Amino acid sequence: MGILEVKNVSKRFGGLKALSDVNLSIAENTVHALIGPNGAGKSTLLNVLVGKLIPDTGSVTFEGQSVLGRKPHEINQMGISRVFQTPEIFGELTVMENVLIPCFAKRDGAFRMHALESTGREKEMVEKAEAMLIDVKMIDKRGMHAASMSRGDKRRLEMAMCLVQEPKLLLLDEPTAGMARADTNNTIDLLKEIKSKRPITMAIIEHDMHVVFSLAERITVLAQGTPLVEDIPENIKGHPKVMEAYLGTTHGEAAE
Amino acid sequence: MDAIILQILNGLDKGSAYALIALGLTLIFGTLGVVNFAHGALFMIGAFCAVTLNRLFSLSFEVVDPTKLDFLGNPAKIKTAYVEAWFGQDFGAAIIDWSVPLAILFSIPVMLAIGFAMERGLIKHFYKRPHADQILVTFGLAIVLQEIIKYFYGANPIPTPAPSAFTGSFDFGAMLGFDVGQIIYPYWRMVYFAFSLVVIGAVFAFLRFTTFGMVVRAGMADRETVGLLGINIDRRFTIMFGIAASVAGMAGVMYAPINSPNYHMGMDFLVLSFVVVVVGGMGSLAGAVLAGFLLGILQSFASMNEIKSLLPGIDQIIIYLIAIVILLTRPRGLMGRKGVMED
Amino acid sequence: MLGLDRKDFTLVLIIALVALLAPFLLNFWPTESGMAQFNAGYPALMQRFAIYGIFAIGFNILFGLTGYLSFGHAAFLGVGSYSAVWMFKLLSMNVLPGIFLAIIVSGLFALVIGYVSLRRSGIYFSILTLAFAQMSFNLAYSVLTPLTNGETGLQTTLNDPRILGASRTAEGGIPVPSLFGLEMNATSIWKIGGWEFQFNVGYYFAAALMVLTFYLSIRLFRSPFGLMLRAIKTNQTRMSYTGLSSRPYTLAAFVISGMYAGLAGALLACMDPLAGAERMQWTASGEVVIMSILGGAGTLLGPILGAGVIKYLENIFSKINEGVLHGWFDFLPEVVKEPLVWLFARFTGEGWSLTLGLIFMIVVIFLPGGLMEGARRIGDLFRKRGKPSDDDKEHHPKPAAHVAE
Repeated sequence: MGILEVKNVSKRFGGLKALSDVNLSIAENTVHALIGPNGAGKSTLLNVLVGKLIPDTGSVTFEGQSVLGRKPHEINQMGISRVFQTPEIFGELTVMENVLIPCFAKRDGAFRMHALESTGREKEMVEKAEAMLIDVKMIDKRGMHAASMSRGDKRRLEMAMCLVQEPKLLLLDEPTAGMARADTNNTIDLLKEIKSKRPITMAIIEHDMHVVFSLAERITVLAQGTPLVEDIPENIKGHPKVMEAYLGTTHGEAAE
Repeated sequence: MDAIILQILNGLDKGSAYALIALGLTLIFGTLGVVNFAHGALFMIGAFCAVTLNRLFSLSFEVVDPTKLDFLGNPAKIKTAYVEAWFGQDFGAAIIDWSVPLAILFSIPVMLAIGFAMERGLIKHFYKRPHADQILVTFGLAIVLQEIIKYFYGANPIPTPAPSAFTGSFDFGAMLGFDVGQIIYPYWRMVYFAFSLVVIGAVFAFLRFTTFGMVVRAGMADRETVGLLGINIDRRFTIMFGIAASVAGMAGVMYAPINSPNYHMGMDFLVLSFVVVVVGGMGSLAGAVLAGFLLGILQSFASMNEIKSLLPGIDQIIIYLIAIVILLTRPRGLMGRKGVMED
Repeated sequence: MLGLDRKDFTLVLIIALVALLAPFLLNFWPTESGMAQFNAGYPALMQRFAIYGIFAIGFNILFGLTGYLSFGHAAFLGVGSYSAVWMFKLLSMNVLPGIFLAIIVSGLFALVIGYVSLRRSGIYFSILTLAFAQMSFNLAYSVLTPLTNGETGLQTTLNDPRILGASRTAEGGIPVPSLFGLEMNATSIWKIGGWEFQFNVGYYFAAALMVLTFYLSIRLFRSPFGLMLRAIKTNQTRMSYTGLSSRPYTLAAFVISGMYAGLAGALLACMDPLAGAERMQWTASGEVVIMSILGGAGTLLGPILGAGVIKYLENIFSKINEGVLHGWFDFLPEVVKEPLVWLFARFTGEGWSLTLGLIFMIVVIFLPGGLMEGARRIGDLFRKRGKPSDDDKEHHPKPAAHVAE
């Protein structure tokens, strides 16, 4: 029984079947990659997992609890964090403030007024945020406007914001999209480091096979809205069905 | 039954004005993505076009007629309007009498010019600015426009009569078999309603059957793509703004006989028209028209004495109340499309 | 100090000092001189500075921090005034119960309106608040006349019960709002040379409250709560993916700013125990918006500055009539004088609204960041000239300006 269980999930957009009868189980403390050609339904699946989309049929459970029908902030409170394809950060705030916000956000999401406390004087929070920034090697940029940073830095900041919450499951939507090789490698190292430091489950959507094979412990290949193969990386390489899905065949449906 | 018909009729003229202003607002919003708080001022300027023309036609000169004496025994001065002198007594008088309908012809170029100037000079620079900035700058412009009008025309309402042919009332009651005098409705309001239907129909036909309109509609659905197609959107936006301005202007011209124009009438209508747009659905033309008539009629029902005694004050707040309920239950309005203003 | 860092504390001290010395600072010219009409150091105007300062500080907590543009804040101002006047009528002329009730009532009112309006954002929010304010305005004029006295406005009379005070003074007049005997309209005048300085109880009371509310707003700006509000303005998606629902934060900000407006409304009633519905009209809401924008929305000092500038200009501009203008341009030949007088007269006196509209446009077009932004730009200009060798920017990434300065 995995930490995240997707059972028989289908989703239609008008006439387009984005997901059909998807079953997926992500085991605790593994790095699970979701790959597949464009339009395979990866992003749709991710949006279902974080509560942005509600599937037509099927169930999604996290640690035995259904996530369907919950709002994004409620799903985050269950312990699921998400890194976006285009980094979603607080552009007008400083790097430090960006990381402080998830620090102040209670795990249960409860609203706390603390209108008369001083952000800078909350020692515990500030230290936690600083430690996180050191981890992602951004401590020297703590005073910068988040919006003025490079894309790679924004991505790292977003990851720091997710990680400081100590999520049980981290969803990464193409974490290295548009990055230079060196940045990509840094990201891989960063994720490996995180993984080695504390138990965390990661689900990665990625096009870059270098990243996938460096990180993933299990890989699911999606094609046309349905999982094709799920296996360890070694077996995925050169798998005929995968080749077919990526390169296409004259008899598309024959992949079944 | 007769009371209901009467209230529906009473709501039509206000509803027509709401619909016409809201139509322009939503046209501007849908195509240009601009929230125009100065749209009410355009309506007001339209009404003052009617006032201006009326005054121009009434300009007269005095001739001393020695053959007649006034009550003091002095030679009488006879005022003659220039138009009467130029075009003959009867035709001149008719021109003065018909100054409000004629003002429509006068208002179209004026409003187009104002619209073009506004779009090129100001609005253009605010396409990419936040809606809050658009609201504020057009709000400022509205104040400026109304102060200018106030300077030239004063603060008091200026009665502007409809042509004498339309001064009476029509007895709908008699026509429909009710008692005589039960449902009477001024002719001019009927004209106003018919006029607004024509204008609305013309705008819809223009958007539906011309290439220009097709591009505009495509632009309303997806601005970026149309921009990418290499179509010169800018020029069309300017023209669209001019059209919206003249629709508001014409609505104002024709409204002048119903409510004597004053300099702040635009603001009064603007707030309600915005509510109309929101109720109809931001960016939906049909929604704006529908909501305009609907709210106009509901408002007139709410001002019935029977309802007022049941729910005191309801006539004052009905429109806002409906807007609040609609926004909370159908956030996109009656006919709003997904994705408009939902960032 | 007081939970603020040194810089903020200095700022509060400066504001307090300026407020304290305002009767001196704002009396630029001797009373007898022709320029005396430009003085701002008289009670009625200084009270307005302080009161509208509070109003704008409160508005800024909502608009400046969260970016939610409310077009109906005048409703809370009006509610505050009505509440205070009712306390004057029923309880006593002491200002404290009135202010207390005004803050409570406007807070509750804001809670209801905010709860509904904040379900939408962007322009929909603006229109919802506008609709609520117009509704309140219309109701105050019509059905709620027993509460608001309709068009005449609510005022104290000789027949009010005032159970803890006197219905009428010993002289038979209506008592004046006071703070434990200190009457709000009491003014002591101090003559030095040609100058005449006026120290008014009402002004100092309002100013003290303004400094207090300013202090509270700094605390709020620097708090985690303020941080959350700024986060909401920047990116609501990330906010919800951080496990936070933005609604309670925006609602809290809305209620706080509503209470500030209620306080301001109550103070207006303290200075002149009269409350009319026009205080709730949307033009009044627009006024506080322009105050915040003119000063600089989201900055600490901006709103006070904006409120001061608008109220000062309003006062001065409305006073200048053609007679005054003729006096000014008397030295010019007639041919030049007449057109100049005509031109200036369009923007002064009755023309103040026109000027306000133009200020609106000019600020939004040319200075979206407001006066504070302008001051910062000028400051930058001088700093650059000061040390021209500051060219290794790449090694020192530009630090973000500290929160709201």
